[in-house]
Amino acid sequence: MHGRPRKPLKPEEGAASFAKAANLRTLQAQLLHNHHHKIYIKDALDLSSKLLEINPEAYTAWNYRKLAVEHNLRSETDPDSIKAILSEELRLVESALRRNFKSYGAWHHRKWVLSKGNSSLDHEFRLLDQFQKADSRNFHAWNYRRFVAALKNVSEEEELKFTTDMINTNFSNYSAWHNRSVLLSHLLKQRVQGYFPREKVLTEEYDLVHQALFTDPDDQSGWFYHLWLLDQTVKPDAPLLVSSWPVHGSDLIISLGRNLDGRALSPFTSFHSDTGEFPLILYFNQAVEGVDSSTVTVESVFDKNADLMWRPLLTNNSGNAQVWVTYLKLPDVKDHSLKAYPVGVSIGHTQGIISSGGSHYSHPSQFEFTVSLQPIDSEHAERGPGTEMVVWKDGNFHTNKTILQDVSPTIDYFDQLRIEKDIEPTTSMWHAKTVANEIVLFRELLSEINCKIGKLTLARLLIGHDSIMSYNKTPYSYKRVYSQEVLELLSDLMKLDPSHSRYYKDEHSLVLMCQVTSNKELLLRHCWYYKESTSWSIHNSICLRLNNLSLSRIGSVENLLWVQMLDLSHNELRSIEGLEGMQLLSCLNLSNNKLSSFTALEPLRLLKSLKVLDISYNELGAHSIDTTRYLCSSPLSHTVGSDWDVDKCETDDVKVTNYWDVVLIFRGLHLTQLDIVGNAISDDKFKLLLAKVLPSLKWLDGEDVC
Amino acid sequence: MGELEMEKHVLYILSVEKKKDDFESVVMEHLRINGAYWGLTTLDLLGKLGTVDSDEVVSWILKCQHDSGGFGGNIGHDPHILYTLSAVQILALLNNLDVLDVDKLTNYISGLQNEDGSFSGDVWGEVDTRFSYIAICCLSILHRLDRINVEKAVNYIVSCKNLDGGFGCTPGGESHAGQIFCCVGALAITGSLHHVDKDLLGWWLCERQVKSGGLNGRPEKLPDVCYSWWVLSSLIMIDRVHWIDKEKLVRFILDCQDKENGGISDRPDDAVDVFHTYFGVAGLSLLEYPGLKAIDPAYALPVDIINRIFFGR
Ligand SMILES: [Zn+2]
Repeated sequence: MHGRPRKPLKPEEGAASFAKAANLRTLQAQLLHNHHHKIYIKDALDLSSKLLEINPEAYTAWNYRKLAVEHNLRSETDPDSIKAILSEELRLVESALRRNFKSYGAWHHRKWVLSKGNSSLDHEFRLLDQFQKADSRNFHAWNYRRFVAALKNVSEEEELKFTTDMINTNFSNYSAWHNRSVLLSHLLKQRVQGYFPREKVLTEEYDLVHQALFTDPDDQSGWFYHLWLLDQTVKPDAPLLVSSWPVHGSDLIISLGRNLDGRALSPFTSFHSDTGEFPLILYFNQAVEGVDSSTVTVESVFDKNADLMWRPLLTNNSGNAQVWVTYLKLPDVKDHSLKAYPVGVSIGHTQGIISSGGSHYSHPSQFEFTVSLQPIDSEHAERGPGTEMVVWKDGNFHTNKTILQDVSPTIDYFDQLRIEKDIEPTTSMWHAKTVANEIVLFRELLSEINCKIGKLTLARLLIGHDSIMSYNKTPYSYKRVYSQEVLELLSDLMKLDPSHSRYYKDEHSLVLMCQVTSNKELLLRHCWYYKESTSWSIHNSICLRLNNLSLSRIGSVENLLWVQMLDLSHNELRSIEGLEGMQLLSCLNLSNNKLSSFTALEPLRLLKSLKVLDISYNELGAHSIDTTRYLCSSPLSHTVGSDWDVDKCETDDVKVTNYWDVVLIFRGLHLTQLDIVGNAISDDKFKLLLAKVLPSLKWLDGEDVC
Repeated sequence: MGELEMEKHVLYILSVEKKKDDFESVVMEHLRINGAYWGLTTLDLLGKLGTVDSDEVVSWILKCQHDSGGFGGNIGHDPHILYTLSAVQILALLNNLDVLDVDKLTNYISGLQNEDGSFSGDVWGEVDTRFSYIAICCLSILHRLDRINVEKAVNYIVSCKNLDGGFGCTPGGESHAGQIFCCVGALAITGSLHHVDKDLLGWWLCERQVKSGGLNGRPEKLPDVCYSWWVLSSLIMIDRVHWIDKEKLVRFILDCQDKENGGISDRPDDAVDVFHTYFGVAGLSLLEYPGLKAIDPAYALPVDIINRIFFGR
C-alpha cells in the first residue's frame, strides 16, 4: 500500500471495510466461475466491469473480458456493433484508470483493444493530454503515448515539440526530458532535416537545459540531460589507440635468466620472461571488438602474424575490451650476441576494429620496436622474480640521483613515442569552444550560489577540457592544467554532500592517479629501487610506489603498462578494476586496503606474470554481502561452466562449496609468495585450502610452505 | 529510532497469512503467491522459516499451476509469468524444487519468448523487461537457461537502455529503479553486466537517496522503502553501493516500522503491508544489518539457498 496513513480503523470504518470486502469477494468468486465456465452473457460482463472498477488489478478479469470480446466479435458482422463492443472496453479501461492510474492490466487492455483497429486515435491523444496534465510523470501514460504515436505515424519532430511544451510548462519534468533524449538522439542519428549539423542542435539543447539548471539547481530533472550533452561534446566517437607496450621506438631487452653483465636496465624496456614469451599490449580509449591478425599486423621473426592470438583483457566474456594483448614467442637463443630483432605493428589498416557504439577505428597507425634477448645462464636459470622472498618494508626501498638517470631518459623517450602523434585533430573547434563556454557559465553560477550540481558539473567540465586538449598530444606534453582545481572541487563536494562522499572520493582518486601518472616529475617521485640490485636477481628492481595516497579506485592504467613491481598498500582500495591491463606485473602489494571479497580480486586472474601478492590487512571474509559477486566470472552468472574443478580442492576439513570464490580466483594463478594475514578469513583450515589451490606457493604469510 | 523489531515482524507476517476478511486482503487475493514469497523470504531472512508448515505451502502452490505449466497468483486465477517466478522462488526457499515438472515449466517460460528476444507475461502478449528478468531468473534456478535464446534476450534488454544509464519497460521507456533492478539482474545472471555503464548508472542510482536517507525510484519523487531493495540490489550488482549513505538508509527503514504491531510501511507513519515489510527487511539484509541472513541481489533469495543451488554437491 502506498501513502495510506497508519491508524487503527474506527469501528464504523471497520464494518464498512468488512462489507466492502464481502462484496468484492463475491464479485471475484462469480468472475472466476463465469471465466471457468466461459459464460459471456451481458450480466456476466457487467459483473466483471463492476469488479474491475473496484479492483483494476484483478488481472484474470481483464483476461476474461478479452475472451468475451473475442467471443462476441466472432458472431458480429455489423460495424456499429463491433465498434460498440470495443468502445465499451475503452470506457471500462478509462474508468479503471481513474481508480488506479498505475494499473498495468488496464493499460495493456487498452493497447489490446486499440490493436483491433476501429478506435479513434485522436480520441486517445485527447485522453492522454488530459491524463498527462493530471500526472505529467506517469510512465505508463508516456509509454502509451509512444505506442499511439507509432500507430498514428506521428513524426518524431512533432513528439519532440510536445516535450518542449511540457518542459516549458514546467521544466521539473524528468519524464519529458527523458523522452526528449530518446527522440533527439534518434533524430540526430538519422540526420533528419533540421537536425543537422549535430553541433547546431546540441548548442540549442544546451540553451534549453541551462534554463532548467540555473532556475533551480537542486532540481534533478535537467542534470542527466546536461550530462548526456556533455558526453556528446567531450567523448570522441571513434576509438583511438592511447598507448601500447612496448612503445614505439623502444629497444626491448628480454632475459630468461638473471642479468649477466650487471648493466642497469631500464624498467620501461627490460622484461624477464620465464614462459618464453612476451606480451604486446594495445590500449584503446574505449572498449572495442575486432582486434585480430587481420586488423592488426605484427611483423617479426618470432611468430607468423596469422598465428597470433589476440585476447581481450576482460573479466567477462563480451569480446569488447579496452585492452588487448597477444603473446609473442621468443626463439631459443644460443648466441650471446644481443642481436636486436625488429618488430613492426600496424593497426587499423583494414576495417574491423569497432567500438561498442558502432564507430570504426579510423586512424590507421603503426609503431616499431626491437627485441634483444639475454641469453640464459643455465647456472642461474631458476632465478627470476619469485625466487627470493619480497619484503615490502620501507627500508627495502631507496632512491638516489641515479634513479633519475635510470628512469628519466626512458620516460622522455616513452613520452616522444606515443603512437597517435601524426593524426589530425580528433576534436573540432566546436567541442573545445562549447566546453570553454560551459566552464564560464558554471563559474558564474557558482559565484552566485554554492550548489552541488554546479560544482560537480564544473569538475566534469574541467576534466572534459583537459581530455579534449590531451587527445591530440602526448601524455607529458600536455599538462593537465585543471587537475588541481578539480581535486579541490571534489574535496569541497565531499563536505557539501556527505551522503555521496564516496562517489566524489572515487572521482578524486581517478583524477589524482591521472595527475600523478601523466606528469613526469610526479611519476619519478614514486619510482624507487627495491633493495640493492646485487642482492636480488630481478634486474628490473624498480618499484612504482603509489602507497599512502588514499586512493579508493585505480585509473590511468594506460600510462602504467611498463610496471612490473607495484606498491598500492595503505590506500582505501575497494576495487582493483583496470589492473588487468598491467600484463608485466610480477610483484603486487595491496595490503592495508579495503578489499572486501575474493571476487574483487578477479582482475588478478588475467595477470600471467604475477608471482608475489600481498593482500594482508584487508576486509576479506568480513562482509556478508559481496558487491562483486556478479562482476566476477562464475557459475552464478553462467560465465564459468559448472564443470570447473572445484572437487580437486575438496578435503575433509574444508567444504569447498563455502569457498567457491577462493578457488575460482586463485586456481589459475602461479603465485610463489602470498601474504593474506590480517583478514577476517585467515585461519589454518583456510591456509590448507590455499596451499592446495596454489601448488606453486613457496611462502605464505612469510613462512615456508612445506 | 531503535532497533529492528524482529519478533514483531515475524508475528505480523504470520498474522497477515491468517487475516482474510478485510478489504486489503481481498484486493490482494489474486497475487497471494507473491505475498507468500514476500512473507516466507522475510521469515527466512529473520531466521524463522522453520515456523511454517512447508508441506502445506507446497501443496497449495501446486494447486496454482495450470496445464500450460504456468502458475496463477492464486487457485483459479490465470497463469502469468509474474506468479510463476514466485512459485519457483518459494519452492527453492523450501528446498522443494524437485516437486516441479521442470520440462513442463520450462516449456511454458520459453514459449513466452518473442522473435525480438523479449518476453510476454502471458498469452495476452504484454511485453516488459520485468518478464525478461523473470524468465531468466526462473530458468537459471532450474538450470535450464539453454532453453531460451539468451543472446536475443540480452540484446532486447540492452535496447531498453537509456541515455541516463538506466533501463525502461520497453525501448524508449523511462528509467525506473524497479525496472533497473530487473534489467541489471537479468544481465548479471547472464554474465552480461558489461552492457551497463556502471559509473553513469551508479550516479543516477545513488542520487535516488534523498535528505531523509530514504531512496526514491525516479528523480524528483518521494522516497519509499520498496526502493531500498530495487536501488540497493542494483547498486550492489554493479559494485557502487558505497556511493550512498548506508547508515542514513538503515535509519529511514527502521523509522518505517510499526513498532507496536510489527510490519514496515512505505514511509514513516503509513500503513504497513507485507510487500514493504519484505523490501524493508531485504534492504536491511543488503545493508548487512546484524542478525539477518544475507540475500542475493540478483535472485532475490537468501545467499545460502543460491549457493546451494549453484555450488552444492
Ligand atoms: Zn513502495
